[in-house]
Amino acid sequence: MADTQHRRSGSLLRTVLLYVALVVAAFIVLFPIYITVVNSLLPLGQILGKPPKLFPTDPQWGNYAEAFTNGRMARYLVNSAIVTTLIMVGQVGTSILAGYAFAVLRFPFKNTLFMLFLATLMLPIEVTLVANFQTIQTLGWQDTYQGLAAPFLAIGFGTFLMRQAFLGVPRDLRDAAALDGYGHFRFMARVAVPLVRPSVAALAVFSFLLAWNQYLWPLLITDDADMRTVQIGLRTLKGEGAAGLDVLFAGTVIAAIPIFVLLIVFQKQLVRGLTSGAVKG
Amino acid sequence: MGQVVLSGVTKRFDGLAAVDDLTLDVADREFLVLLGPSGCGKSTALRMIAGLEEIDEGTIWIGDRVVNDVEARDRDIAMVFQTYALYPHMTVAANIEFPLKARKVAPDERARLVTEAAETLGLSDLLDRRPAQLSGGQRQRVALARAIVRRPAVFLMDEPLSNLDAKLRVQTRAELVDLHRRLEATVIYVTHDQVEAMTMGSRIAILDQGVLQQVAPPQEVYERPANLFVARFIGNPPMNTMAGEVVQEGADVGVRLRGGTIPLPSGIAGVVRERDLAELIVGVRPEHVTMSADGFIEATVVVVESLGHERHVICDVAGPPFVIVRQSIDEQPPAEGDIVRLSTEADSLHVFEAETGERVDTDVPSGAAPT
Repeated sequence: MADTQHRRSGSLLRTVLLYVALVVAAFIVLFPIYITVVNSLLPLGQILGKPPKLFPTDPQWGNYAEAFTNGRMARYLVNSAIVTTLIMVGQVGTSILAGYAFAVLRFPFKNTLFMLFLATLMLPIEVTLVANFQTIQTLGWQDTYQGLAAPFLAIGFGTFLMRQAFLGVPRDLRDAAALDGYGHFRFMARVAVPLVRPSVAALAVFSFLLAWNQYLWPLLITDDADMRTVQIGLRTLKGEGAAGLDVLFAGTVIAAIPIFVLLIVFQKQLVRGLTSGAVKG
Repeated sequence: MGQVVLSGVTKRFDGLAAVDDLTLDVADREFLVLLGPSGCGKSTALRMIAGLEEIDEGTIWIGDRVVNDVEARDRDIAMVFQTYALYPHMTVAANIEFPLKARKVAPDERARLVTEAAETLGLSDLLDRRPAQLSGGQRQRVALARAIVRRPAVFLMDEPLSNLDAKLRVQTRAELVDLHRRLEATVIYVTHDQVEAMTMGSRIAILDQGVLQQVAPPQEVYERPANLFVARFIGNPPMNTMAGEVVQEGADVGVRLRGGTIPLPSGIAGVVRERDLAELIVGVRPEHVTMSADGFIEATVVVVESLGHERHVICDVAGPPFVIVRQSIDEQPPAEGDIVRLSTEADSLHVFEAETGERVDTDVPSGAAPT
């Protein structure tokens, strides 16, 4: 009996230690976000004050209003929403088509082509930056939505994710549908895609994050203030002299809100999509 | 017309023939069973008929047209898969309706046909369920309903009972035979289970390593197997076979086996003499081996197995394989370790050439299509 008690207290100790570690990790991750929110509500004078304030005693909601009026956050948000939607729809669409082809169709050099697709995963965006810039310039697409979105309409990661998902759709279902009178496109729309919905959702969320948080490309391809996306717009909040650091903090919080909402809503789908196929089930 | 004809059909995977020069004539409204061990090419043959697998050589007719280049969906066939291949995200009704939607059948006609198919298979109460909420037997019936709903000329079934438990399999077997009778359609049925083949098929086509071994009604396959493969594959417990050399004493011809010499019936003896065969393999089904004092072969009883309704006496004849004797439960069983003498009726003997495994017979087995 002493032994079981000993074991029980051992497992209790482990649980306590685990939770302590998790709390510390959560604190490290959440603290900068908390400070950003606090700062967005402080008057300019207190942000730089020492010691730093950890709680806004007199919340300055005006900082947010300022970001929208003088800082044109509304315009940036709309731009980002349009570009992000274009990229998300494009990536999900092309990834579904390419992933299905690699998973289900039979064609020559399939594996070689797939390896090429995978190889693009290893390339950082900076490698293709110059070539993409020249292409967009030649097309005269600077300061346009299509110019902001076009280079990102296809993605190796998405193709890989969707291929793995479609590989999990039983071959017999395709055969049965072929006999029932369905070609590849209709089979994809009616059967295959509905069956891999968690993976599609996960890919959509990833595309959204990637597109929403883009910085380098929009900076490069837009000169017109009206075409700036939210991440570029943030930088100008302070620089344009309309407001100071306080408004920048408020703008940062505004820019992050859609991502938080998305992550909270799709959390389950996201985890399921990324782990599906890892274990057969 | 639901006639299906395969002529010289060959399919190779990586240079290896999965189906080799298969010629087969399936009559309209016939229930033909493709039987063979796993990997024998039976499923490949079925998939070629379905149009799911391209053929490398040969011709396939369905009805009176060549379908080599006809898409699967235009062949007027339906297939039932071993895994049932139900669409998991659709209800039972939607699954059954799916092939009709593709063919642009009007909605009210679709509803009528779905109701009818569901009634035929006793699924009327389950139409709103999803496949995951059904038992194995119910899923199997949904797969059948989806197949019959568009009234194809030919049904292809790929081991449709192998995922059911033993009890349900016996019941579904009878239901399938009954369904075939009601639908008046051609059925080509793939299985590795000889009991299914024997009980369901109007004819059985046996394949081994992609090559057709024999096509005949079940009883003929059992009584006159065309070669050693068929002889050993059909029957449970399997046929006893033993190799031996031909011995002649005057007009009598016999085969000298381990443990004794067995005389050949005069008809077969004539053929053996005429073709000057020296090595033979003789086979006797377990139910045709008897234990009698004047038996030809001496053997030692190794094990006596009782199955309740019958008994299997397993005997050692101076080396492997064992000889199995099927005994009625009313007979007196021997004791393990007893020395017995085994005998059989002359016309129960199956004789095969040792070299080719082909049956040695006085006349050629028919193998013709039934009338």
